[in-house]
Amino acid sequence: MNLLSVSNLNVNFHLKGQDLAALIDVSFTLNRGERVAIVGESGAGKSVLGFSIVNLIDKPGYIKSGSIKLDNKEITKMTRPQLQEVRGKRIAMIFQDPMMTLNPVLTIGAQLVEAIRSHTRISFKDAKNIAIEKLHSVQIASPEKRFHQYPHELSGGMRQRVIIATVLLLNPDIIIADEPTTALDVTIQAEIIQLLLDICRNNSMALLLISHDLGVVSRIAERTIVMYAGRVVEEGPTLEIINDPQHPYTQGLLNALPQMALPGQRLNQIVGSMPPLNERPTGCAFHPRCPYATDQCRQQQPGFINSGVSTVACFMVEDMLTDTNSDYDEEID
Amino acid sequence: MFVFLLRRLVQAFVVMIIISVISFAIQNKLGDPVLQHVSMTVAPAERAQIRQDLGLNDNLVVQYWRFAKKAIHGDLGTSYYYKEPVLDVIFKKLPATFELAFCAIVMVAFIAIPCGILAAIKPKNIISRLVVALSTMGISIPIFIVAIFLVYIFSIQLHLAPSFGRGQTTDVFGLWESGLFSKDGLRHLMLPSISLAFALMPIFVRLIRAEMIEVLQSDYIRFAWSKGLNTRRIYFIHALKNTMLPVITVGGIQAGTLVAYTILTESIFQWPGMGFLFMDAVSRVDTPLISAYLIVVGGIFVVTNTVVDLIYGLVNPTVKLANHGL
Repeated sequence: MNLLSVSNLNVNFHLKGQDLAALIDVSFTLNRGERVAIVGESGAGKSVLGFSIVNLIDKPGYIKSGSIKLDNKEITKMTRPQLQEVRGKRIAMIFQDPMMTLNPVLTIGAQLVEAIRSHTRISFKDAKNIAIEKLHSVQIASPEKRFHQYPHELSGGMRQRVIIATVLLLNPDIIIADEPTTALDVTIQAEIIQLLLDICRNNSMALLLISHDLGVVSRIAERTIVMYAGRVVEEGPTLEIINDPQHPYTQGLLNALPQMALPGQRLNQIVGSMPPLNERPTGCAFHPRCPYATDQCRQQQPGFINSGVSTVACFMVEDMLTDTNSDYDEEID
Repeated sequence: MFVFLLRRLVQAFVVMIIISVISFAIQNKLGDPVLQHVSMTVAPAERAQIRQDLGLNDNLVVQYWRFAKKAIHGDLGTSYYYKEPVLDVIFKKLPATFELAFCAIVMVAFIAIPCGILAAIKPKNIISRLVVALSTMGISIPIFIVAIFLVYIFSIQLHLAPSFGRGQTTDVFGLWESGLFSKDGLRHLMLPSISLAFALMPIFVRLIRAEMIEVLQSDYIRFAWSKGLNTRRIYFIHALKNTMLPVITVGGIQAGTLVAYTILTESIFQWPGMGFLFMDAVSRVDTPLISAYLIVVGGIFVVTNTVVDLIYGLVNPTVKLANHGL
């Protein structure tokens, strides 16, 4: 049984009298101890997806239909106390900007202890011991001192470590990390990634990593889900997707990596930009930016097919497959 | 902390000097002091003598120096009308104003904070819609209209509360005339303090509501939700403390406005406080009393602002009181 299974999730936003779709028929699963990445440009719906799993979407947004099941229990139908049970204890979140994630007027210690004590009935002293132990486990020097400090007394990388320690307090089954390294500088990024990887491995925690950074993704995630304009467009093992991207959008993303450009040349980019919620094109939403777009792409939404490398929603891949498959069929017959 | 206090004291001293210069300077501009002392029939030669005796022919700087030397010893001059040292006159009236302002502040704190929070966390609730509508109205209605309405309804029509004066007062340790300890005194306090509170209430309700809404959208609140904390803890520990930071600052500035509004309120309700005294002093051209009032009010301003800064520093950990700017 899957630890987390999201099926046909539709999330809409009520904006200026319009009901706009931010997520359309998103489905995926996450197994115990598995590390999955969700990639895509800004506005693809990655973060919305992450937040809707714990029912924390921003106000005008709401879950229109679909199901999110944690151990076969429907999260979308949970009451507030039930959700509070899940949040932090079963599913914990790491946010993008460590400078904004900790409350500036409360000590590190207070913010750690409250997280433990709101889920388990233990004394302040015991909770403090757990907190200090977790601070220690994320390689924070002199945790007893840090416990009494305020967030502004810590550097960005240190704060992200504190946040990771917060997340670890209750040994959750799933960590959702929303761009956990984007706001940090490069050397600290590498440390934080390594830390996250070690933690998930050692505690067999599942990780849902939301990122636009394919470099980070390739280091952490076993499986990758590519999103575009609110839909999943490709899904498969990270290595395979990176070595042999099927969807033109995935290809574009990989080509856009600075490493892919020759020295002295302009960086490759995907022409155009992600359409805003109220201007999603018909058919395959990627067609205005796709070099291979046909009339079929402009009119119909492609379904998912298994390309052998990944599961992908693209007519071009579909056509190529049917061509080669028919060749095979003849040979086998 | 000590350095911070010292710096604030130096600042306060400079501010007080400037206030004293201004209030001294206006003394000579509010008519001829000699005319306040003697009648019109006194001969010009005698008048010139009085002018000389009062030191009014001296250089302005010399005059100020004389004034400042006395002021340091607590002598701001003698009231023309009361024939008493002005500070004594003012301090006799201080308790009345202080109690009025105190009641208004308590009222504002106990009503505006819950209303502002409610309006922020339950924006669709009928009560919070009403609160927002009333606060918009309240901001645009001048205080004297509110006061007159209060008098008309509660005093003239319903006979619930008296419309003027302080009523019975109790002597506390021979230092303070208090109206807080008798039923009659409290009844007299009702209408003036309500109308004074009315002047500040809308600003605070709107400020607290706006701040709270902003804080609730911040990342650290979302992170708090994601930790599975309960609603009460998020609203009252995580959000409220951050909401109160700007409220404390504005509150300090508004404490000054409160002093200004007491003049209006005291005039309407014939409240025997400093504001009422000041209005009388102006109409009697009692210049020493006017300038002493300005200095005392300036002093109150400086003290409240320093206290507010100290409180702010204690509440907000990112402000380091110890080595700020040194």
